[in-house]
Amino acid sequence: MTLALAADDRPYLPRGVRVVEDRVRGGKVLLAPEKAIALDAIGVAILSRVTGTASLAEIVADLAATYDAPEAQILEDVQRFMMGLRARMFLGVRP
Amino acid sequence: MNVLPPIAMLAELTHRCPLACPYCSNPTELQAAQDELDTETWADVFRQAADIGVLQLHLSGGEPASRRDIVELTAAARAAGLYTNLITSGIGLTPRRLDALEAAGLDHIQLSLQGTNADLADWIGGYKGGFERKMQVAHAIRERGIPLTLNAVMHRHNLDDLERTIEMAVELGARRLEVACVQFHGWATINRVQLMPTREQTEDAKRIVAEAEARLRGVLAFDFVPPDYYSDFPKACMGGWGSAGLNVTPNGTVLPCHAAETIPHLTFENVRHRTLSEIWYDGDAFNAYRGTDWLPETCQTCDRMEIDFGGCRCQALALVGDAGATDPVCRKSPQHFIVRDIVEAAASEDASDFVYRGKELERLGRRCQSKQA
Repeated sequence: MTLALAADDRPYLPRGVRVVEDRVRGGKVLLAPEKAIALDAIGVAILSRVTGTASLAEIVADLAATYDAPEAQILEDVQRFMMGLRARMFLGVRP
Repeated sequence: MNVLPPIAMLAELTHRCPLACPYCSNPTELQAAQDELDTETWADVFRQAADIGVLQLHLSGGEPASRRDIVELTAAARAAGLYTNLITSGIGLTPRRLDALEAAGLDHIQLSLQGTNADLADWIGGYKGGFERKMQVAHAIRERGIPLTLNAVMHRHNLDDLERTIEMAVELGARRLEVACVQFHGWATINRVQLMPTREQTEDAKRIVAEAEARLRGVLAFDFVPPDYYSDFPKACMGGWGSAGLNVTPNGTVLPCHAAETIPHLTFENVRHRTLSEIWYDGDAFNAYRGTDWLPETCQTCDRMEIDFGGCRCQALALVGDAGATDPVCRKSPQHFIVRDIVEAAASEDASDFVYRGKELERLGRRCQSKQA
């Protein structure tokens, strides 16, 4: 299957995957089965919009408006980030 | 040296286990039940771990479900803020206990797989009926939706079933499959001839995993640990000694890796006497092979120095007799011929019976008797 999300797809963090504060190192970290990934500001901005109800298109539009950046550029970044998570089964997708 | 906080902790809650896998990662000298830390001490260790930066906690053993307090320990780990993973054979996980673990906040289960059918799995695990119960547990995990990784420990006797193993992981609803080829420490070293895969099996495994990874993208994630005796370069054991992870044994001894006690000149400290923080940052055993300054010439001049940190200390000790040597798995190691010789010898030797974990003396005794006869 392709890992790329369609515009209408609604991404969500599946059970066993969550974002928490890293109270020792600072910042936020994505915790998943046997894995901890430190999130940069972009990762935090994307994942904070992954609610399970927002579609990819809505997430991209929100980010483009918030950061005053072209949607095409944002879409590319978000797609790459989400495909990476999906390959590791850290991100689920509802149509 | 700038020492970073640890990320992961392996808590070997007990060495007790109904299975007797001949490659068990527990030491050949197993600790007794009466020496195990009690519930409150473990809970304190979990809080200390979270306080020094640990994010991932692996509740392991032995069989962690052999602990009567596994649910309380899970709750304590979650209360400390740790991501809590149960590494189990499944034996002892009744539906009621799974419900209680779920309620306690267990995040994830890593279920071991000894083989793809009862005959093979029960022979390897040394426990009759184990496979059937494991399958029941796997279904119960799936019903509840608890995130599942299947950990298939692979070797000469089951690598030919790799494709079926992958199918099973999908059927059981696992999100992730570890194809973990046996690492030769402790019990596995005793059974090295029995367990050593052939070169052909190794090459097939790499191809099968690569194909399955592409085919199952988005369905099943893979972690592949190839047999390192056939590798060109060693694994970065623990991501570098004392750099990311630590291991606490049933009696509270803190180790840089699960096999570290095989290194005779190191002394290890115990959470009963010192804080986890002091042990991590100041403990002699943790500082012994930290960083890269101690590395031998072969590694100091190698562009992979910061990738594999000279490989595995325990393997260097076991094969070369010097824990400070380059891991002889590395093709650049002056002692690499030792690994080549072992692989060749294993290919030509007849594999005798397994020496099962926990039954070493009995088995060796029997073998000596049969030789005399």
